[in-house]
Amino acid sequence: MAAHLKKRVYEEFSKVVQVTHEEAPAKKLRLSKPSKSAALHVDLCKASSSTDALQYLLTFSRKPVEAESVEGVVRILLEHYYKETDSSVRLKIASLLGLLSKTPGFSPDCIVDDAINTLSSEKSHQVLAQLLDSLLVIGSQLPESPAVRLRLIEVAYKNLSDSSFGVRTKCLQLLGCLGLLEAPLGKDTMRDVQSIISDYFGDQDPRVRTAALKAMLQLHERGMKIHQIIYDQACRLLSDDYEQVRSAAVQMVWVLSQLYPESIVPIPSSNEEIRLVDDAFGKISHMVSDGSWMVRVQAAKTLGSMLQVSPHFLEQTLDKKLMSDLRRKRTAHERAKELFASGEFSSGRKWADDAPKEKLDTNTVNLIASGACGAFVHGLEDEMFEVRNAAVEALCQLARSSPSFAEKCLDFLVDMFNDEIEEVRLQSIHVLRQISTHITLREDQLDTVLAVLEDSSRDIREALHELLCFTNVSTKECIQLALLELLKNLNKYPTDRSSVWKCLKFLGSRHPTLVLPLVPELLSTHPYFDTPEPDMDDPTLRFWFWSLNAATSCPTMPALFSDHTFRHYAYLRDSLSHLVPPLRLPGRKQVYGLDSVDCGSGSVESAQLFLQQSLNRVSTIQNLEAAGAPELLDLTIRDLQRLGELQTELAGAADFCATFLRCQLLLMKALQEKLWNISVPLILKQNITVTAAAQQVLDESYKLEFLYSGLENRQVATIHHVRLQAKALQLILAARTRHGSCEKFLQDVESFQRLFLTELPHLQDSFVEKLLELLPRLSSCKPVEQVKILQTTLRQSGLLQLRLPEQIHRATATIIEPTGESDNPLRFTSGLVVALDIDATLEHVQDPQNSVKVQVLYPDGQSHVIHPKPADFRKPGPNRHRLITQVYLSHTAWTGEACFHLAASCWPTAPPAPPGWDGPDAMDGLPACRGTVEGTIPFSKHVKVFIMPKPARR
Amino acid sequence: MPEINVTPLGAGQDVGRSCILVSIGGKNIMLDCGMHMGYNDDRRFPDFSYITQNGRLTDFLDCVIISHFHLDHCGALPYMSEMVGYDGPIYMTHPTKAICPILLEDFRKITVDKKGETNFFTSQMIKDCMKKVVPLNLHQTVQVDDELEIKAYYAGHVLGAAMVHIKVGSESVVYTVSVNKYAKSHISAWIDKCRPDILISESTYATTIRDSKRCRERDFLKKVHETIERGGKVLIPVFALGRAQELCILLETFWERMNLKAPIYFSTGLTEKANHYYKLFITWTNQKIRKTFVQRNMFEFKHIKAFDRSYADNPGPMVVFATPGMLHAGQSLQIFKKWAGNEKNMVIMPGYCVQGTIGHKILNGQRKLEMEGRATLDVKLQVEYMSFSAHADAKGIMQLIRMAEPRNMLLVHGEAVKMEFLKGKIEQEFSIDCYMPANGETATVTTNPSVPVDISLNLLKREMALGGPLPDPKKPRTMHGTLIMKENSLKLVSSEQALKELGLNEHQLRFTCRVQLQDPHSDPDTLHRIYTHLKSVLKGYTIQHLPDGTVMVESIVIKVSSSAEDTNAKVLLLSWSYQDEDLGSFLSTLLKKGLPSGLC
Repeated sequence: MAAHLKKRVYEEFSKVVQVTHEEAPAKKLRLSKPSKSAALHVDLCKASSSTDALQYLLTFSRKPVEAESVEGVVRILLEHYYKETDSSVRLKIASLLGLLSKTPGFSPDCIVDDAINTLSSEKSHQVLAQLLDSLLVIGSQLPESPAVRLRLIEVAYKNLSDSSFGVRTKCLQLLGCLGLLEAPLGKDTMRDVQSIISDYFGDQDPRVRTAALKAMLQLHERGMKIHQIIYDQACRLLSDDYEQVRSAAVQMVWVLSQLYPESIVPIPSSNEEIRLVDDAFGKISHMVSDGSWMVRVQAAKTLGSMLQVSPHFLEQTLDKKLMSDLRRKRTAHERAKELFASGEFSSGRKWADDAPKEKLDTNTVNLIASGACGAFVHGLEDEMFEVRNAAVEALCQLARSSPSFAEKCLDFLVDMFNDEIEEVRLQSIHVLRQISTHITLREDQLDTVLAVLEDSSRDIREALHELLCFTNVSTKECIQLALLELLKNLNKYPTDRSSVWKCLKFLGSRHPTLVLPLVPELLSTHPYFDTPEPDMDDPTLRFWFWSLNAATSCPTMPALFSDHTFRHYAYLRDSLSHLVPPLRLPGRKQVYGLDSVDCGSGSVESAQLFLQQSLNRVSTIQNLEAAGAPELLDLTIRDLQRLGELQTELAGAADFCATFLRCQLLLMKALQEKLWNISVPLILKQNITVTAAAQQVLDESYKLEFLYSGLENRQVATIHHVRLQAKALQLILAARTRHGSCEKFLQDVESFQRLFLTELPHLQDSFVEKLLELLPRLSSCKPVEQVKILQTTLRQSGLLQLRLPEQIHRATATIIEPTGESDNPLRFTSGLVVALDIDATLEHVQDPQNSVKVQVLYPDGQSHVIHPKPADFRKPGPNRHRLITQVYLSHTAWTGEACFHLAASCWPTAPPAPPGWDGPDAMDGLPACRGTVEGTIPFSKHVKVFIMPKPARR
Repeated sequence: MPEINVTPLGAGQDVGRSCILVSIGGKNIMLDCGMHMGYNDDRRFPDFSYITQNGRLTDFLDCVIISHFHLDHCGALPYMSEMVGYDGPIYMTHPTKAICPILLEDFRKITVDKKGETNFFTSQMIKDCMKKVVPLNLHQTVQVDDELEIKAYYAGHVLGAAMVHIKVGSESVVYTVSVNKYAKSHISAWIDKCRPDILISESTYATTIRDSKRCRERDFLKKVHETIERGGKVLIPVFALGRAQELCILLETFWERMNLKAPIYFSTGLTEKANHYYKLFITWTNQKIRKTFVQRNMFEFKHIKAFDRSYADNPGPMVVFATPGMLHAGQSLQIFKKWAGNEKNMVIMPGYCVQGTIGHKILNGQRKLEMEGRATLDVKLQVEYMSFSAHADAKGIMQLIRMAEPRNMLLVHGEAVKMEFLKGKIEQEFSIDCYMPANGETATVTTNPSVPVDISLNLLKREMALGGPLPDPKKPRTMHGTLIMKENSLKLVSSEQALKELGLNEHQLRFTCRVQLQDPHSDPDTLHRIYTHLKSVLKGYTIQHLPDGTVMVESIVIKVSSSAEDTNAKVLLLSWSYQDEDLGSFLSTLLKKGLPSGLC
């Protein structure tokens, strides 16, 4: 018996240790409390030497401690602390103090005094530093208690004069994090935090200097206004010997330049004065040629955010003077510009055409870049690509705010297109796109830009296409050049087709007047002769998008088209409608498509209005059982669907509303079925349709929640409400056939209440409201009664109004590749893997890295979900992502070819997988695909890929 | 005052034949040992007789440091070490050590085998000389002897080029070849803020500020690309080392990037060996190359293959790198002759061409060339010129000065006029002295070395105990102690310890002084009057009136005695120790003035 008891004790004891963070019953938690501190106490007492004690502490620190026992543990630790002679053990205890006070749910104010008291007796600098660090943790855990803060700050002041750099650093950190923002009242002895910290700008140890600067920056971050006197000191630190100091100083100077941009500072060694922001800009520019690349990166990055700098200084950053043998030499940029201006293009390099010209006065040459001079010239030519990248980034920011600067930095940016590191090239292309509104490319610049079209990296090419879509060019030669290069690109990389086409479309519609003179030549028409009709698959086809798009805004152009052009037009308009715009052709019957010209852009507002009106109309339906309500809903749903097709801007909203209303309609219909009145055995058949309806509503509600972006809490509540209704319906149905309990449902209701407490007032007269009223009764009564109550509430509840949020978009994914049109099966060796390239565009997907998966359906009905790597997602534009990844497929051998289905699907991360979630309707045609992975919502069309095993080799 | 002497044996206001003697802290160091390519007589080598008339150099030189493998920096090395005689250490970086003998051997072959010179160093001498070489790692401090230490930094001029920081005690010199800030295939130069006494720098391009390399590269690549697309052939005459590798990397990456298929050839021989070393010293190259190394070594060219004579007749586009660079002989000339007739082809001259060579002629636009015999050659192919020099421009030098913050600057390896300009600029911008000695002329820089002194901990602690603010590194502070100079080291200790260490007895030094005073009172009264007087004047000092008839002010003793003859004339005896000199002399002057009458 005794043995048995003992065993039980051990069992419980051992459980205690591992349980802590799981949801354990309360009883066990209580058991664990004394054991934790007691065990530690025993361990520490047992420890014969300091190494043993250290070992115990180390193992102890790996286990979590629950909030209630923290204080006890701290007491034991401190007790041991005073006894301990070895500083390493004390150090560990000190660090444990900080660690323990971070325990969630524990308020460390009870241990502040004890922790501070330990400081007074401590001799070791390292332990002292660690103690201060722990105090910092404690202090930041107690942001609401000024008394504690004041004490901690006093401690910090006291220890600031310590001889060890570690202690001083920690003290400064403490001051930075906890220093009072307002000057303490009535205490003259305590000086201003800033002036105390700034005293340590001149400390002998670079680490302390850095810490002082960092503390000051911390103060700034916490909202304190840094005094302007700091500026001079910070500037002096820019020439410090140590890089971390210089780096922090750059930040400091930047902060001050943002705080006091307009104040005036004198220039040393002259009696002129300039604005502070200009002065700071000059000084930071100087740091771009620093010896340490970390500082250079920092400086280059910082420059980008100094937008208030005056244009004069800004332009200096691109300044460079060349000389050879003391004679002025023109830069390649200037030469290119001149060539362009003189109308001569690409004359071929002559020997010594870059020969230096005029003699320079030796006194005017500035060898060392002073101030902002040439900062970006240096930055862009830096050895480290990190610096170059930062410089490009900064150029972008500055150029976006200043058109004239954008014009000036163009040459340099274009130069960066030839950088040796791909990231830099990509970055500079993106940057050029961002500033493209300000600029017009010259022919020689365009030439350089277009050369990149042959780059082997797909990202680069596509970025460049994107850029060309937004570029303005100056002459018709440019446009011709661009065209030819794009065709070359297409020949070399046929996979770029869609991207190049799109690019052509935009190029055409952007420059109609430049395109006009080129049309006859490109369409190979002739004033007198009929030329042979081009093949529709000919590359010249691509000119079409281009010229046709141009023609929309240039009415004279269609006159140049020949007869077959119009015939082709009809075909293209039909097959590639997103690339070919509608044209008003003379003498032809206008084919009004869905988006005919007249239904132009002006009607967005009216569509919006229509949407609102429809919703208002629906909202008049008070009761689900009102006569004519189903018809009205039906009609509105149809209207909304049509609206979504017509107005792409409102597609998301319209779609959302339609789906929501459909849910309501389904619910309404389900409730109005006669089945509720007939007896149980007769209704089995009808039951099925209602069950299906309930299921569908449930499915749709998940789609509503996860596929639309821009939802506000209110809408989410509405969706959840619909889901509750569907669940109630399911429950009632289930209860009619067999007895079930609605415990789970009640839990759902409770969680709904918890989640949407703020929204409840808006849900007046709804199902939930009524339910909540009845909740006490519900939870107490018998299941049969519960179901009855539910049924009546459900039937009585009114239709919920839907309020539309500002912007609502449906997440979609389009799989561009594989196209699914190919009849050639992909061959693979059975048992080995085959890689399939996937290229998909995702629109309006939030956090695609975590939520988007690729779903593969094998022919045998198996289904796989593949998580793409985060690096596979690119972001070409706002709300748009691109997934380029490879999917590995494998299968055993079979004889014929089989098709795989691919789909991008969304993985709702927040709630648990919806129960009973089955395949979506998109897969209705596939009998074998009921095995969709639970908890995913597909949001792209399925793509079929044929694959076939290679014949097995003997 | 100690001084550093710098004497250029070559390269003083001159280009070519770098050889600089530095004597610093009693050590003699030779920086570089180059030869002049322009001469074939004695002027070719530095004048070593400057060091010693006859006999070996070993006794006069502590070490030789070679900055990089160009012959104007290392060409005279075998001559010096083997023929003149030097057995001390020769320092150079690993890549330099690897490539240097190849070049020396090549040079020897040309001079001896082709030109038939005698009295030149032999292959064996090169080998023997290389045995004396001690390789340097970057940023590694090498102790040459107890006092002399050197440390190499990367200069980025060519593979393995180094800046050297030479240090004796607290005196130091930095020597650098052309620093290249924006190197293409090498890591760029960087140096500590080591604040040397002298920075010796090359100044070949002292009056040039260069345009960005990127433009030139882009032009170069565009030309090549266009020609290839036309189906033409491109000939790039190069010298084997340095620039050739740089261009190879450039083309290789471009081919990779643009997915081009046309073959690139590199003419064989010397270059292959050199490429091999470039492969080995991958860590000395730039960020891009080092980063790609994870996948593959950039110098293991994917697209560049070895050239064979027969390939020149192959149809289709190709790019060929061929030696020599000025088209005056050899393979490049042969290929040029073959391709000159086709206007689709192109020749790109990546460097300067000496007058008289075919390279120079075609660059000047000559379209008809006379060949050996009477044959003429019509030059129809396109001729392009691209300059890719790896020398630093004026800005690079200025940046280096900014980085290292030297106290003095010394320019070598450049033309006097250009140096003059740079010198002016340096003096103006940094306000430091700048020297530019001619060959054989000595520039002397006096240094102000800081003398390190050990201080005993006890003394410091005692000083701390005295209180006062924490020591401020920017403010001097006085303290008492004894400086002991012993066996070349200085020590500051407390005087007691010094006495103990030196085995000396402590001697007290006391000053005594007599002061005549007219006072009618009796002796004790006078004493008391003095006591009250001092008490009122010296506030904050302990003044005691002792019962044995003395007054003590701190440790100063004052006694009164009246002379026998005149009782009114009192003689005050003051006695103070050396430590209280200040107070003592003040008291004596005070008492000499007499006592004020109003005292009781």
